[in-house]
Amino acid sequence: MGSRASSLLREEEIEEIKKETGFSHSQITRLYSRFTSLDKGENGTLGREDFQRIPELAINPLGDRIINAFFPEGEDQVNFRGFMRTLAHFRPIEDNEKNKDPTASEPLNSRINKLLFAFQLYDLDRDDKISRDELLQVLRMMVLRMMVGVNISDEQLGSIADRTIQEADQNGDNSISFNEFIKVLEKVDVEQKMSIRFLH
Amino acid sequence: MGPFLDFNPFDNLLCILLGISFTVWFTLLLVFIIVPAIFGVSFGIRRLYMKTLLKIFEWATHRIERGAKDNNHLLYKHYSNAIIAKEPTSLEEEINEIRRRGSNRDLDSASAFEMSDIFYFCRRGVESIMDDEVTKRFSAEELESWNLLTRSNYNFQHISLRLTVLWGLGVVIRYGFLLPLRVTLAFTGVGLLVVLTSIIGFLPNGRMKNFLSEQVHLMCYRICVRALTAIITYHDSENKPKNGGICVANHTSPIDVIILASDGCYAMVGQIHGGLMGVIQKSMVKACPHIWFERSEVKDRHLVAKRLSDHVEDTTKLPILIFPEGTCINNTSVMMFKKGSFEIGSTVYPVAIKYDPRFGDAFWNSSQFGMVNYLLRMMSSWAIVCSVWYLPPMTREEGEDAVQFASRVKAAIARQGGLVDLLWDGGLKRGKVKDAFKEEQQKLYSKMLVGTQEDRSRS
Repeated sequence: MGSRASSLLREEEIEEIKKETGFSHSQITRLYSRFTSLDKGENGTLGREDFQRIPELAINPLGDRIINAFFPEGEDQVNFRGFMRTLAHFRPIEDNEKNKDPTASEPLNSRINKLLFAFQLYDLDRDDKISRDELLQVLRMMVLRMMVGVNISDEQLGSIADRTIQEADQNGDNSISFNEFIKVLEKVDVEQKMSIRFLH
Repeated sequence: MGPFLDFNPFDNLLCILLGISFTVWFTLLLVFIIVPAIFGVSFGIRRLYMKTLLKIFEWATHRIERGAKDNNHLLYKHYSNAIIAKEPTSLEEEINEIRRRGSNRDLDSASAFEMSDIFYFCRRGVESIMDDEVTKRFSAEELESWNLLTRSNYNFQHISLRLTVLWGLGVVIRYGFLLPLRVTLAFTGVGLLVVLTSIIGFLPNGRMKNFLSEQVHLMCYRICVRALTAIITYHDSENKPKNGGICVANHTSPIDVIILASDGCYAMVGQIHGGLMGVIQKSMVKACPHIWFERSEVKDRHLVAKRLSDHVEDTTKLPILIFPEGTCINNTSVMMFKKGSFEIGSTVYPVAIKYDPRFGDAFWNSSQFGMVNYLLRMMSSWAIVCSVWYLPPMTREEGEDAVQFASRVKAAIARQGGLVDLLWDGGLKRGKVKDAFKEEQQKLYSKMLVGTQEDRSRS
């Protein structure tokens, strides 16, 4: 499938994506090749089923939520620009970017944006708050409740959710806002844990 | 009547010329290809051809690189193994590490759950979106050098005039000369196989019949090998499979069968097809016992196992040839071996087949091309170059079950062929992954939650 791909991605597009996401030229062409190989329908966009075809993603407990992150509100198809924009959150933060012009807009892979990506994985209804229910839903996805010898009941998950909200909530609205989220995770090495390094 | 008289001498001349060229053509065919096939000798013409081609490909790649540099463009370089760095840490290790370093509370009151726990799953998920181990095995491998086939290059805009001319010449040679030659040979080979095995079928069972059947099979497969211009190097032939054993190999294309069967005699296993394949299968089984299943019988695993073990117990019958992956993989990796053939309990002779992708990609992407289309592509490539290694025989050890035995054999084949050893099932080409794998991950995470719950309740 190689020969078809590069003819469809023009130099101007590569430059625009480079500016927007910060990926290098070769990284963009390589990811474009990946995009086209996932695009079985060959219509220039990916749907949810194209992502679900990846076995390693299908067995990821949070797989569905991650796939959701690629699709903006209400849409069912994502094009290459959207694909790259979401992947850009996982670009490692380079040293020379840390001292950039503070008036320039936040790059997609900044610490804040990485945290926002994680926040939105919890916050399904996008109301900028993680409610107890939303937290419980994520817990349920990550856990195997009926296991030989161990039972994790819904009550246990519920109490975990309550405790987590209690510890994080500062303004008493019984949910976690983005700022409270950032505060809880202030010591976590987000830059490293939410970054994917390219080999070339 | 006048104008027609003028045409006659030309017609005659044309006929004579055609007649001469056909005769020459067929004589050459006979001398250089068919007779050596019968006796299993080789003039070495194909190896010379291969060396010449390699030199041309290197030159072509060099020109493309130069062209790209001159225009200040970046060349798309393909890296076959990985494009992103994946840490080999486990779920537990990584989540614990994030918790330890990032927690606001002190370490003694370890909590069951942290909001940062999802980072691990997040990153792994996005890593698999950028590059996963499975989906790329079901499409043709990409090449670094260019082999003058349009199907396999990504850097078209850097081709100069000279390269285009060379490419055009390549097309003319491949489609105008090589393809007709090969198709003729293929028909000859298959035709001879059908006719001769049917004739042998009339002989009474005995040593004479077996001997003749072996010779006929070998000869026809050798003609087919030449029909594909396959240049095969066999290693370690002292380990060749013997009667009463099962020969196991990695699967890349239907051509694998021709490659192995032109060097030794095997009993094939498979489903009966209709059409031309069916005719070939039915005539082959007249000369020596192959194991063909009806479509309905394939599902009955008990029946399949019984027929295979019956065959294996009879030491006058040839070794069985099986491809345990069950489907074609693109020759960069070996996928899960189905345990059926490893439960039978006879000696297993592993064979590793590795194709050289520079001359023509042998992988059959059955969702992309049908069989006929695939064969045409094969016959219009430059050549099929591959290496076959016969590995030492293996038997199931004490306390090893069929699945572990299968994994051991698979690892040996992967190691020898330089292929990646994967646990994933080749059936993922078409089907969905089992939920059991997701449950394993959930189980690991649950243990982490529950483990610390217990600590909590104790303290």
